[in-house]
Amino acid sequence: MNYLKFITTSLFSLVFLTACNQKDKLLLSEHSVIYCAEGSPETFNPQLVTSGTTIDATSNQLYDRLITYKGIENKLSPAIAESWHVTSDGTKVTFYLRKDVAFHHTDYFTPTRLLNADDVIFSFERALNLEHPYHFVSGGSYPFFQNVGLSDLVDKIEKINDHTIRFHLSHADNSFLANLATDFSIILSAEYAEQLSKQNAKSDIDTHPIGTGPFKLKEYRVGSFIRFYQHEQYWQDPAKIDQLVFDITPSNTGRLTKLLAKECDVVAYPIAHGKITQRKDLSLEAVTALNVGYFGFNVNKAPFDNKLVRQAISYAINKQTLLDAIYQGKAEMANSLLPKTSWAFDKTIKNQKFDPFFAKELLNFAGYAEGFTMDLWAMPIQRPYNPNAITMAKLIQSDLKKIGIQVNIVSYEWSTFLQRLKRGEHQSFLLGWSADHPDPDNFFSPILSCSATKTGSNTTFWCNEEYDTIIQKALRTSDIDKRKEYYAQAMSIIRQEVPLIPLAHSKRYQARGNNVIGDILAPFGGINFYSVSKRELISKKVATKKNKLDGKNNTLSTGVN
Amino acid sequence: MLVFTLRRLSLFIFTMLLLTLVSFSVNFLFPGDSIINLTGAINATPNQLIGLNEAYQTNRNIFWQYIAYLGHIINGEFGLSMASQSDIATEVVKMLPATIELSLVALLIAMLIGIPLGFIAAIKHGKFTDSLILSVSMFGYSIPVFWLGLLAILTFSINLGWFPSAGQISLLFEIKLVTGIQFIDILLSDSPYKWQAFSDATAHIILPACVIALAPATIFIRLARTSMIEVLGTSYIRAASAKGLSFRQIIFRHAIRNALIQIIRHVGLQFANLVTIAMVTEVIFSWPGIGRWLIESIYQRDYTAIESGLLVLSCFIFIVHILTDFIYAALNPLARGNKYGA
Repeated sequence: MNYLKFITTSLFSLVFLTACNQKDKLLLSEHSVIYCAEGSPETFNPQLVTSGTTIDATSNQLYDRLITYKGIENKLSPAIAESWHVTSDGTKVTFYLRKDVAFHHTDYFTPTRLLNADDVIFSFERALNLEHPYHFVSGGSYPFFQNVGLSDLVDKIEKINDHTIRFHLSHADNSFLANLATDFSIILSAEYAEQLSKQNAKSDIDTHPIGTGPFKLKEYRVGSFIRFYQHEQYWQDPAKIDQLVFDITPSNTGRLTKLLAKECDVVAYPIAHGKITQRKDLSLEAVTALNVGYFGFNVNKAPFDNKLVRQAISYAINKQTLLDAIYQGKAEMANSLLPKTSWAFDKTIKNQKFDPFFAKELLNFAGYAEGFTMDLWAMPIQRPYNPNAITMAKLIQSDLKKIGIQVNIVSYEWSTFLQRLKRGEHQSFLLGWSADHPDPDNFFSPILSCSATKTGSNTTFWCNEEYDTIIQKALRTSDIDKRKEYYAQAMSIIRQEVPLIPLAHSKRYQARGNNVIGDILAPFGGINFYSVSKRELISKKVATKKNKLDGKNNTLSTGVN
Repeated sequence: MLVFTLRRLSLFIFTMLLLTLVSFSVNFLFPGDSIINLTGAINATPNQLIGLNEAYQTNRNIFWQYIAYLGHIINGEFGLSMASQSDIATEVVKMLPATIELSLVALLIAMLIGIPLGFIAAIKHGKFTDSLILSVSMFGYSIPVFWLGLLAILTFSINLGWFPSAGQISLLFEIKLVTGIQFIDILLSDSPYKWQAFSDATAHIILPACVIALAPATIFIRLARTSMIEVLGTSYIRAASAKGLSFRQIIFRHAIRNALIQIIRHVGLQFANLVTIAMVTEVIFSWPGIGRWLIESIYQRDYTAIESGLLVLSCFIFIVHILTDFIYAALNPLARGNKYGA
């Protein structure tokens, strides 16, 4: 019977060990935050993507920009550039850089110098200059820069001295500074790139990132987790937590469970809002995001090359049902591409009527009296602008059945889905867009301009010269009223041509344990963990108890925590 | 014993050959090009494809193709995963230990709970305790594992907050992968948070292991009960009781040992069952084991991974099977004469 005894003793000792190590555990989790993210980043360089998941994981954590948005009014404020100056004709923009910005010191790179003009020039040249040695590393696609046409706009980037650079622009452009403040315009390390060139490992620059941001990459396991450490030499005060872990949990219920079981401190896109608000130790927060979820058509493919068919469908979809069922009242109905909160929104644009009879008539007129069969591609993951595309597709399926259109729902794994969309294999699709900066152009150019058909962000492949001229004009003038007028014209063209049907502008939600303090969400762009810290509730309790044991209730020390 | 060993070995070799034959022929049944199904090289350049075709001898007849395939398998070359393009052999080496760890802990729990309960039922044969234990075991056996898993998470993780619901260990702890068995790796690591990590890993394994253990435990109850009843009916027990040994002495000195031998025979058989349950449980508890990996591969139509994963898993189960046979034979000389598969 000796082995039985052995087993029981070892089991008991195990329980003992479990019990007596509670104290250390507090220490580790007190200065770490676990964020349950909805997907894996495709890369660690935000220049290369437009996907929100990647931006969330990289931009604000690993990198800094020359300038940034601050405050409720989204004023441009200094970041790596201490100050900047724009000439009166608007074609020369000079940036004066900070002299105390250090790059990450990691297992794979040890910086020998601080940030200077070379790094800034390297970062922008890489994205804009086709002949740059790093341009075609990782595919050579810089969707954001290409969509906004930055390479045509920037003639030259000049190094004035080690800490001053000047952008020479081909013409004045109002969104230039706004574009530099987006999550995509990050600063890479030229020294690191040099080292990688020597080691013949250029593509590492995007998989093993070096930036200047508040966190540095420690470890990444695809589909599983990302581990960040605090960047100790950050040019502002170092981040308040030592460790930041992105726990990649694609399933909605999985994230909810982890939140309720306290395995995650902060959770992206939570479901079951009622359940979360019920719990006293959890809180739910939301920001009205600058985004749009839409139903798009591939206008290169029949029958959607016919404007009437597209219009017919826009009359046949009951947006209110979609809003109730999919967003559960947590979104606004979209009348146009632009959210109503944007200054450029044209209030005269009314919502599209839901009129299946008129839709049927339009179809008859277009020569599809018998109806037809179409494929509808629904995105496989939840994004703020579309929390459940598959269910939405099913609702649309039943709406369209009433006017005689049979819908096949198609879905692929997310990265495959995007690749195939770019190749134009689809007939119609459900997708959306989250704004990178508050300028209205950020909706019109990337989603529907002709140049965006080439970069793959305009997957409707709709290219309308009149529309393109109008949004170009809107960019060249700084008269707000004129811009408003141009954008109103653009919106009415979209309304006429229906390359896509705007469905909803959603709010972005996030849930967290009450012990996590500090802002994470922003109305546009990626999340930011820089100012997040943790208040350990248990240690607070212990402290309270201790104070009580001391005899005198020292209200001062219990109250402050 | 030598003959016994040789017999088992030849059985192992032939079964493995059959298994590879099955997984080889499955390549031709999956949609797509068989060489790509085999190697997972979906992004291969034409030149690489020529090289692969040569390595797998696709220009020769099917027999040589099979021999070439066997050669690759024996060298541990399972090809690339079609979904992630990572090497399957390294993936498997990372995943398999986690499954082994979970299965072993579950097996231990199942045996520690099932066998004593079965013995008690046998000793109280025909009485209320017996029928109670039997009906509870019947109830436990009929609960579907995915439902039990969700219920366990709901109760113990969400409502009571006692145990975590997902993963092998909290992501906060950085444990270097040495053996793949988490507990050993934790003890080997030099992290200052070693003991926190250890208790955290313990908390993580308890729920999934208990969920997996339930069905095998009920089987152990019934096995132990039948075997004990049988032993208690034998003449040597009657002789012992005639000699005047107390009931306690009879049970602990004679009956338990002899009854246990019969049960050990079935452990191997139960292990296969247990691994199947573990695969489903791994999905529910996001356990980073081979079962979850395999099920994900099925979702992603990752044929190369499915095929190699199944091969590795069945090989592993077979090895366990043979090992328990050896233990049984070592404990019970009578068994050594048994023929194949008996």
